Amino acid sequence: MGEAIAFYSLAAFILGFAVLVITARNTVHSVLFLVVNFLFVAALYVMLHAEFMAVIQVFVYAGGIVVLYLFVVMLVNLKRPPEVHADPRRRGRLGLVVSGLLLAQLVAIAAYSTTQAAAGPASRALAPSPPVSGNVEQVGWLLYTHYLVPFEVASMLLLVAMIGAIILAKREL
Amino acid sequence: MIDIVVIPLLKIVIVLVAVLAGVAYLVLLERKVIAWVQVRLGPMRVGPHGILQPIADGLKLFLKEDITPARADRWVYTAAPIISLVPALIVFAVIPFGRDVSLFGTTVPLHIADINVGLLYIVSVASIGVYGLILAGYSSNSKYPLLSSLRASAQLISYEVAVTMTLVSMILMAGTLSMVGIVESQREAGLWFVFAQPVAFAIYMIGGLAETNRAPFDLPEAEQELVGGFHTEYSGMRFAFFFLAEYANMIVISAVAVTLFLGGWLRPFPGVDALAFLDVVPVWMWFLLKIFVFLLVFLWIRATLPRYRYDQLMRLGWKVLIPLAIANVVVTGILKVVL
Repeated sequence: MGEAIAFYSLAAFILGFAVLVITARNTVHSVLFLVVNFLFVAALYVMLHAEFMAVIQVFVYAGGIVVLYLFVVMLVNLKRPPEVHADPRRRGRLGLVVSGLLLAQLVAIAAYSTTQAAAGPASRALAPSPPVSGNVEQVGWLLYTHYLVPFEVASMLLLVAMIGAIILAKREL
Repeated sequence: MIDIVVIPLLKIVIVLVAVLAGVAYLVLLERKVIAWVQVRLGPMRVGPHGILQPIADGLKLFLKEDITPARADRWVYTAAPIISLVPALIVFAVIPFGRDVSLFGTTVPLHIADINVGLLYIVSVASIGVYGLILAGYSSNSKYPLLSSLRASAQLISYEVAVTMTLVSMILMAGTLSMVGIVESQREAGLWFVFAQPVAFAIYMIGGLAETNRAPFDLPEAEQELVGGFHTEYSGMRFAFFFLAEYANMIVISAVAVTLFLGGWLRPFPGVDALAFLDVVPVWMWFLLKIFVFLLVFLWIRATLPRYRYDQLMRLGWKVLIPLAIANVVVTGILKVVL
């Protein structure tokens, strides 16, 4: 019961701040609402006993990436929207399509997971349970054994992005 | 009921009061130490040897008029000092001041919480504090605070990388992220980790100075170029919040350094039995004593070294400290596997 109350109030805050992110007139305010939103998501992770994820959520997203967003938003003049996006009807139609796709995806995931749950836990392709205790240890063990390939692919992706950024910023090396 | 509500609440109150009082007297200590270095007396008027000066300062800041610039971003302007101060204070939740003590028949651990991800918690909460600086500069709607806050945040983000890398090598040494666990592993090793990781210690200290915006890295507050710093437009209690946050952060950096490198509450040379007589000093006394030494070093450095130039600061951070810290992690990892 207490858990449900906590979850629904956290979810309400997350949704509320998400709405504020996209409705705020001032871009800096919008970025700030995003930070608060991330902090509430971190609280959700704590509820799931994923302390490591919660702390990393705060460290990487709230404390790292959004600081860089804030830099860009503060330094770039965003007062007037570019002409391309000025047509409100086109924007509305585009938004409708994108949110429709997202809704379809969410429904598909929900349907899939309920049918999987009904079929019993044995049919699900679960990762092996790690032989270590503790939240950080378990995440580390899984990342470096079962999920090694996706982990390395993700880090290669980040490396490529970094090199690309350097090349874009520095024309003559 | 007493165990899960009353005792933690009492501990929180004690730690908060102690930190705020410590900050007030740290300011006095700073003025005194710098005065002594410069062969002056420092504050002498309020109370004997200026001992009541912090109270007078606090009273002054409370009573001062609180001005908001007319074209400031009002909400953000109000929130910025709070965003600065709160992370600096809640970090103390995971700092272990000593091992468990028996009090009135119950065992009381001398920390508010021992969480599995303690060290990461400190790093991530501290990274939220950057917003205070950026937003203060932005919302003041004034040139100098904005320039200063850009400097401050660039400096913080740069040095955060190096400092976090040294923490990674310390995690490799201890094999745990829990602050209590790190001290315990030093007790088991019979060695303060500063002797095993001198490079990490040096990088941590330099990065710590930079992250707290202390001399010689106090560029965000360079009076000669920037009037005052990101808090130029602030006055009264809101200004005091930034001040409190800066000094509380100094204490945090010292407390983390003591826990990671100087064995936390352990006596010097915990592996040498001949020094067992040192155990008469209570554990929390050792901890506070070490923090005090660290703070003195902070003040000593401020009184001694001139300020860095901005390009020198960035070069030191990115081209020296970060590669060194990464190399240190690699070497520590290899040695951990080989030994």
